[in-house]
Amino acid sequence: MIWQLDLLILTLVVLCGIGALMIRDLLGAAILFGAYSFMMCLLWAIMGAVDVAFTEASVGAGVSTVFFIAAVYHTTRRTKD
Amino acid sequence: MEEILGLVIARYNYWIYITLMMVGLYGMIAKNNLVKKIVGMNIFQTAIILFYVSIGVKKGATIPIIEHSHDVAHQAVRAADYINPLPHVLMLTAIVVSVATLGVALAVAVTVYQRHQTLEEDEILKQIREP
Repeated sequence: MIWQLDLLILTLVVLCGIGALMIRDLLGAAILFGAYSFMMCLLWAIMGAVDVAFTEASVGAGVSTVFFIAAVYHTTRRTKD
Repeated sequence: MEEILGLVIARYNYWIYITLMMVGLYGMIAKNNLVKKIVGMNIFQTAIILFYVSIGVKKGATIPIIEHSHDVAHQAVRAADYINPLPHVLMLTAIVVSVATLGVALAVAVTVYQRHQTLEEDEILKQIREP
């Protein structure tokens, strides 16, 4: 485990998480959440959990984002906070 | 002070996991939009999964796959050379469960939107109170 890479990606994960909660657009929140899941997948590959990493890449970054976009498509993009 | 700073730097990843967990908790409690609440719930879940996977990491160890050859089959496996795979297997289940809860939560949110024409929690509560 290379700690510089680990720290860099952990910072990006926290930034993507805060951004997904702060953005005033639900489609943007869905995309930022996809980026968050992908960063998380990289983090697991660094930690040596390769099986968890590619489950997260397919299920977390793929299917979750599709679910969010489908939900936003059936409802509204508008949000107050 | 020096001791506390040393503790923070030596275990920087745990502090970041706790930060991430608190970001998720904030999203679940303080956000008004239902989809934002669901995003917060997912961030909380992944922070906990991250914590569990990080427990299995060892210094100088490799991924838990034994190479297939004639000699290795007769030798004893040295556990110190491999990352502990048990937390990985447990958290694999947790990821699949988290996607299932995400699907159910979004389906409920879509149903709520179809009935009340809004995703904001305060407007939904107002509509429920005034029939």
